[in-house]
Amino acid sequence: MALPPPDPQFVLRGTSAAVHALHFSCDSQEPAVPVLFSGSENGFIHVWNLKTHRVDTPLDGHGRKSVYCVETMGGKDRLLSQGRDQRICLWDLAEGRTAVTDSVCTENVGFCRCSLLKVAQGRWLMAMAAKALEEVQVLELPSKTSVCTLKPEVGAKLGMPMCLKLWQPSCGSQPLLLAGYEDGSVALWNLSMGKALSQLVCHQEPVMSLDFDSEKAKGISGSSEKVLSIWSLDEQQNLQVYKTHKLVNAGISDITIRPDKKILATAGWDHRIRIFGWKKLKPLAVLDYHTATVHAVSFSDHKIPSQRLLAAGSKDHRISIWSIYTQT
Amino acid sequence: VSFTPGGLDCSISFVSHVLGKVCVHGRQKEILSVLVPRLTDLTKSDCIWQRICWRLVECVPDRWMEAVVLGFVQTAPRADVLSRLLGNLVVKNKKAQFVVTQKMLLLQYGHTAAVLQNLLGYLALDSLRRALLIKVLKELLETWGSSSAVKHSPPEQQQYISKAILICLSHLKEPEIESCRQELLTSVMEGVKCHLDSNLPQIRRLGMIVAESISSKINTDGPVLKFQYEEDDEARELKSLLVQTPPFCVVPSPPDDDRNEKADAALPGVLEGNKKSHPAAAVKPEEESDAELDSDDDLIPYDMSEDKELKTKAPVYIRDCIEVLTSSEDVDKWEATVMALESLVRKNPAAAREVSVELAKIVLHLEEKTCIEGFVELRQRAQVAILTADPIPVAKYLTSQFYSLNYSLRQRVDILDVLVLAAQELSCPKSHGKTKHSDVQKPYIQLLPGSDSSKDWRRIVDERIKSKTRRFATGRSQVERASGPNEFNSVAGHFFFPLIQHFDRPLTTFDLLGEDHFVLGRLVHALAILMYLAVNTVAVTAMGKVLLEFVWALRFHTDSYVRQGLLSCISSVLLSVPAERLLEDVIEELLETQSWLGDVVEKDPDGDCRRLALQNLLLMENLKKKLKTVPS
Repeated sequence: MALPPPDPQFVLRGTSAAVHALHFSCDSQEPAVPVLFSGSENGFIHVWNLKTHRVDTPLDGHGRKSVYCVETMGGKDRLLSQGRDQRICLWDLAEGRTAVTDSVCTENVGFCRCSLLKVAQGRWLMAMAAKALEEVQVLELPSKTSVCTLKPEVGAKLGMPMCLKLWQPSCGSQPLLLAGYEDGSVALWNLSMGKALSQLVCHQEPVMSLDFDSEKAKGISGSSEKVLSIWSLDEQQNLQVYKTHKLVNAGISDITIRPDKKILATAGWDHRIRIFGWKKLKPLAVLDYHTATVHAVSFSDHKIPSQRLLAAGSKDHRISIWSIYTQT
Repeated sequence: VSFTPGGLDCSISFVSHVLGKVCVHGRQKEILSVLVPRLTDLTKSDCIWQRICWRLVECVPDRWMEAVVLGFVQTAPRADVLSRLLGNLVVKNKKAQFVVTQKMLLLQYGHTAAVLQNLLGYLALDSLRRALLIKVLKELLETWGSSSAVKHSPPEQQQYISKAILICLSHLKEPEIESCRQELLTSVMEGVKCHLDSNLPQIRRLGMIVAESISSKINTDGPVLKFQYEEDDEARELKSLLVQTPPFCVVPSPPDDDRNEKADAALPGVLEGNKKSHPAAAVKPEEESDAELDSDDDLIPYDMSEDKELKTKAPVYIRDCIEVLTSSEDVDKWEATVMALESLVRKNPAAAREVSVELAKIVLHLEEKTCIEGFVELRQRAQVAILTADPIPVAKYLTSQFYSLNYSLRQRVDILDVLVLAAQELSCPKSHGKTKHSDVQKPYIQLLPGSDSSKDWRRIVDERIKSKTRRFATGRSQVERASGPNEFNSVAGHFFFPLIQHFDRPLTTFDLLGEDHFVLGRLVHALAILMYLAVNTVAVTAMGKVLLEFVWALRFHTDSYVRQGLLSCISSVLLSVPAERLLEDVIEELLETQSWLGDVVEKDPDGDCRRLALQNLLLMENLKKKLKTVPS
């Protein structure tokens, strides 16, 4: 007899709005406290203290417009947030400050979360959906200079970019970008040349979220339909469908692979979080706690494996924290 | 052969005289409690003593015979003992026969089942007396089946007769049943009809049990009559009378057997439990090793059996509900809508008000399409929600439909129940702002959906009447409730008057004063409750006046359930209408009612009616006293 699925380790309440984005920052040394950042629909970013399970600081920087992406830039003192007020804000949170140091005006009214990649000490690349409908713009931070603009070819009809992932191949060559589009296809872009290396139709519906394992050169994407699609990248940088997995209920809002590449979590429109083994996409658990759509899932970056956590933010204003498969 | 002390010369008749005189003076118990056991022992095997005993009772003069026979039947421990003591007295002596076959069975009804067993067993034990048994059975059935007896005799007597019938049946043998099969059948048919027609559930159940028993006896092969009724202790007791346990079956040490049996039953249970846990433990390690071989990571999946497809969501708007309920083919959606309807109506009263009458019409006619748990309650609660959201138009609609053609009895009774429940909700003060309506503590009346609402209601009103007669002038010591305006005030009249309007106008399918007296009974009870809830409303005096006239018109109704309702109406009027108003505006009706109440207390066959009438008279007395003490 299989065990029943575990209950959340704890639940964070107090956002009083739907939670759209989550990001952990936990690998700092003691006595610094592990922290979870959450972005809500009411424009606040809450900094959750994971020891006391309370909000340390609410950050109000997006004019009460929904915040749908939060990322840290090297430690929890530098935060990046993206909101529906068409701005990406950079925060300085060191020593208790809560100031927006810089902001980027995206002029984009979509929902596409930006993607960050650290390329050198103090230098990041950020990919975001640009003003024009189908374009993706890559900026360098903190200088805010544009690296390139990725335009699909005329007549490609990819639609809006829905999700982005910047990654760097392990052999140290140029960073690449994976983008999922409204028509259900995933494209691999070369940033230096500014053109698409490969394109693959993975879904019939828009790609809602994707994640990529650069070591195994395998990625997974979820859509508003019932299918999860796993694709791989061969030596010629061609995308190929590797496997598909059918779900019980339609709709995935977010997918994330754990940093140790052993398991992945999906956030579903059916209020459930599903855990799969990454190697063979074996279904491992269905966590049924939330009472509304789960918008975001995120794994923590604890150094000690047994402390690792999974966070899920939902439309029911709650963030559930789970401790699952931490022994491996 | 043993001889009596004092020789056989003692005249038996003298002893009989003494016995008779003592018994007729009421000392049956004392003398017979000594005499009967002694005689039982003596007559156990001795024929001479048996003859002596028979002579003894036969010589009792006629004027004292009844007392003696009654005493014997009551004191004898078992039927065979009675047989030994009395012999064929019933055959030889007319008076004894009358007492045993007529008086004890048909004219009296206070004896216990054990006495009945003795009596009828006694009749069954001898071939000469068996003819009497069959005669008795026929007479009992005739009484059981007569509609006037069912209507007018007290429920206790009817139960007594039913018990007697069942015991008789248990004694009958095959050839006897054969001979009177036809008569049994006809009387069952007639009797069942009268019983099922009654408004009191107890009478109905008695009829069902007896009919089932008779049918099982006369149709030993073939389909047997089977009714559906509540099986409680009373029913089981009645059914147990059908089976005769042989008198010598009493085992000396039953407690030991029971204990052993229980121990045996416990052991297998324990063993099974142990067995179950072992296989479970054995399976798990297997699964784990499987998992290890399967995937290289040793990640054990959790139980995902709960992961099913999401149910269809219920509509969020009331107009969508209307659409789904009237035309949708999708049964899942229909089910979800039915379950969500009440809460939707309560959350959106403004939207509900726009479509209230249409929604009320749809829900009134809603039939069960799929098998939902608690469908009847869901429908009723939805109707109550609609009625409280928009009382006046919906009440107008419902009361007009109550008197319309082509509704089933269930629907008409539903309308009454819904009106009463909504009235109760409207007249209750709402506590602490937003309340979850399903949690509201109904302070005085607990109304359960179902046919037994009248009983509970009566109990609570009786308590209130009692508290009033004890003059708790300051009311009960309860926490002060948050006060608010009485929402029932503006709509009480709309609930009440249309229901009374047409009661005497028969329609083709609905005749309150004729066949549908069941609905009339429910109507009367509903009016009583509405009257009770109208306390402190403006229309209460007018309502009281009209209600008393209604009661006056129906006061001689033959159905006891209706009469109980009428008496409850009077109680409600006395409790709700302020005393000064009663005195000024309603005094004539009150005086007429008082004289009728006096009549009911003395002559009504139903115990509950008499009790309610008495309480009403007490209330009136109190009212008079209260008015006298108040300086005018």
